[in-house]
Amino acid sequence: MAVVTLTIDDKPVSARAGDSVLAAAREAGIRIPTLCHLDGVSEAAACRLCLVQVEGRGRLQAACVTETAEGMIVRTQTDTLREYRRMILELLFTEGNHVCAVCVANGNCELQSLAAELGMDHVRYPYLNPARPVDVTHKQYAIDHNRCILCTRCVRTCDEIEGAHTWDVAGRGTLSHIVADMGQPWGESVTCTSCGKCVQACPTGALFRQGSTVAEMTKDREKLGDLVTARRDKKWTV
Amino acid sequence: MNHDELERIAGAERTAAKPAEIRCCTSSGCRASGSADVLKQLKAAVQAKGLSDRVAAVGVGCPGLCSAGPVVSTHPGGAVFGKVTSGHADGIVSTLSGGSTDAVRIDPNQPFFAKQFRIVRATVGQIDPERIESYIAADGYAGLYQALQQRPDEIVANVTASGLRGRGGAGYPTGLKWATVAKMPPGQKYVICNGDEGDPGAFMDRSVMEDAPHQVLEGMAIAAYAVGANQGYVYVRAEYPLAIERLQAAIHQATKAGVLGGNIFQTPFEFKVEIRIGAGAFVCGEETALIASVQGLRGTPRPRPPYPAESGLWDRPTLINNVETFATIPAILRNGANWFAGIGTATSKGTKIFSLTGKVKNAGLVEVPMGTTLREVVEQLGGGTADGRAVKAVQTGGPSGGCIPADLLDTPIDYESLGRIGSIMGSGGMIVMDDTDRMPEVARFFMEFCADESCGKCVPCRVGTVQLHGLLTKLVEKRATRHDLDLLIELCHFVKDTSLCGLGQSAPNPVLSTLRYFAGEYEALLQPEEFARPPRRSAIPLTVL
Amino acid sequence: MPATTAPVDKRLKILDAAIRKQQNRPDTLIAILHKAQELYGYLDTPILWHIARALRLPPSRVYGTATFYHLFSLKPRGEHSCVVCLGTACFVKGGQKLLDTVAAHADVKPGQTTADGKVSLLVARCIGACGIAPAVVLDGTTHGHVGPDQLTARLEEWTHES
Repeated sequence: MAVVTLTIDDKPVSARAGDSVLAAAREAGIRIPTLCHLDGVSEAAACRLCLVQVEGRGRLQAACVTETAEGMIVRTQTDTLREYRRMILELLFTEGNHVCAVCVANGNCELQSLAAELGMDHVRYPYLNPARPVDVTHKQYAIDHNRCILCTRCVRTCDEIEGAHTWDVAGRGTLSHIVADMGQPWGESVTCTSCGKCVQACPTGALFRQGSTVAEMTKDREKLGDLVTARRDKKWTV
Repeated sequence: MNHDELERIAGAERTAAKPAEIRCCTSSGCRASGSADVLKQLKAAVQAKGLSDRVAAVGVGCPGLCSAGPVVSTHPGGAVFGKVTSGHADGIVSTLSGGSTDAVRIDPNQPFFAKQFRIVRATVGQIDPERIESYIAADGYAGLYQALQQRPDEIVANVTASGLRGRGGAGYPTGLKWATVAKMPPGQKYVICNGDEGDPGAFMDRSVMEDAPHQVLEGMAIAAYAVGANQGYVYVRAEYPLAIERLQAAIHQATKAGVLGGNIFQTPFEFKVEIRIGAGAFVCGEETALIASVQGLRGTPRPRPPYPAESGLWDRPTLINNVETFATIPAILRNGANWFAGIGTATSKGTKIFSLTGKVKNAGLVEVPMGTTLREVVEQLGGGTADGRAVKAVQTGGPSGGCIPADLLDTPIDYESLGRIGSIMGSGGMIVMDDTDRMPEVARFFMEFCADESCGKCVPCRVGTVQLHGLLTKLVEKRATRHDLDLLIELCHFVKDTSLCGLGQSAPNPVLSTLRYFAGEYEALLQPEEFARPPRRSAIPLTVL
Repeated sequence: MPATTAPVDKRLKILDAAIRKQQNRPDTLIAILHKAQELYGYLDTPILWHIARALRLPPSRVYGTATFYHLFSLKPRGEHSCVVCLGTACFVKGGQKLLDTVAAHADVKPGQTTADGKVSLLVARCIGACGIAPAVVLDGTTHGHVGPDQLTARLEEWTHES
């Protein structure tokens, strides 16, 4: 197997050819924040949190879709990058209706913990306060669109791991939203297998188990990646 | 089809031509001004006067001066009439035999026509866009024939040597793009013509597709032969029904004539073309979004690399060029790379079509050599503003471009010069603004467009454009403070640097360029702060240069 | 369960013929949606289900595509349509004023249909008629150099016809 060596934040790192900068950094213990990335499914490169600076390239690169190359010099923690990451979170907070204090995922939310980690302590832009519905028609699960950040992890998980393709994105721009089948209530979906993988994939409290109350909804996101590894490589993680 | 047959068709078409011709523009612009009726009446008048054997009244492509439409011209003589109504038909026909008409005469030697240099639009306004014979008589498909006498790599070398750069906006060297696709291992490859002309204020590609559909197909076929593709798609926006109709007819005629399909010019080369129609999404002009749309999906872009040249339509190597780029190719093949490279400037070769609109006297399409100054286009060809007010700015590049102030009008039109002054060549929209246009409002107009057209995939563009629009609205409504202006500038840099595709990356350009040249207009709208704020600390610069 | 079966009629037969002509290829979805909208005037849920089944596509992908593109409508449109162009050239030549005039005169917001179902008011992002700005498309026909009075006169005609 071909191996390349590169430098990430002044640290020499080796990676398998074809690995992404994100994978190489993680293996070397360098943390790059992400939201739309989920182990086990394809990349969307949509949240832009994992943007890094690669020497010799004019534009910032999304680490999740940038292939490692021999001699590459990567910076993941410049002042500009830190500022931009905070701005991404600020924008996400203004777009939906995120009220941590009453959220099922309070304390287990990736958006919330990233805000804490990256020091996003206030929002400078006006809240957009969109009118978004909550769908509790499914017997076991529910979706609260107010908490959705459109990372499409559920869409990719349902399509690529479960194979049902119940979810997709409808509308466009700021009116984009997640839909089941022809936009009918989730409980009336004919393709949903009620496997619950989308709920595990969701980084926030948008998808949750019915009956969970504030801060009760914990998620096992690693299970999805393990599932893919087991299926592909016949290797089980317990 | 072989070479002799091509000559025979051209010969027959020339022999059949009548000594006199009355040409009436039947493109979308003049059609909307009633040219279909005018043409009908012209034909009736010719008939009624018993001139059918000597005079032909024909529909032709857009002569360019849309603001004076419907436009009719008579040949020989070359008299041009504007704002023609069906009532003028009799009179115009009679001018061929010394009669007179009260139709408005347009001076065919005025700078609007005389200063143009037509390569792409050379035949437009002369030939009937709905008949392949008419195109063949004007040397049509001769470029394809000549191409097939060469090796594919010779053609790529030729296009590279011509210095042609993509006319869709970014100006990527066409030869380099072709070479990349050609070098990919043999197998299924595709050629796509990007006819999703979404920039508001630009309609050059519409006109080329409507008025010279065969020229586009010929360019695509040459490209397909050069890169080793056998299937092509023309992606046309649904807003252009006439372009779709004419391309469809052209594909049908070309296939029947044997210049598309199998065994083209008795060689093993085969090339088929299908039309794909958009459904109203500006972002589909971005090549990866366009590919998604051709595949029947939501038109959302994906990160590059891989570039479509390596992995595009159905993950196969795909050559995507813009309409005008393809339409330039036949002339390069016929006249040689050196001829083309001799036109224009050191880095920008050939000609470029602009749709000159807004507060300009002569609105319409102009094709000029690269290196022509903006002033020549606006003041000489365009004739300045319609009501004599001062030109304040010229907007190029649509929502991805910028506003160029009047004192920079001596800038030559080439990719680098326009880039240096904070705008872009873009696809060719050129909107003239006068001193009644308020720049912050223009900036807000473009931001509303971008927010509306954002596909919603990446966060910076989806939410950032909405917040930028909000800040600009606050400013225009005189509710913003210095703090808001700082936020605006910072957010512009953010959206530009972090968005996934070209739409988001260029969305702040109209704001940044108007801030750069018309800062005073923004300052004048600011309100005093209600309370003192601590000095701002940020890694992002608060300047627009 | 929502209605997912489209009534069998002449229109459905034409739609099926169009789908067959495209060999049920999933990549022709946008062309099929255009055809369906042309036949039915809008894209009703049962029709979308029908298309999803015929092209073997997941329903959410069909819905996602149909709602992505601005020219597709999932709701019935008015008898007449008035599309005001707000491209840059039309904008600087007073397109916004035209839009405001129609909206006020017919009491309808852009993207909506009047209460009596007579007129749908739509906005276009450049129809390429910049040389004759401001431009308006009335029932499919493009008109250039349009003034507010001309437009209200036409609206009057539409609302008062029986």
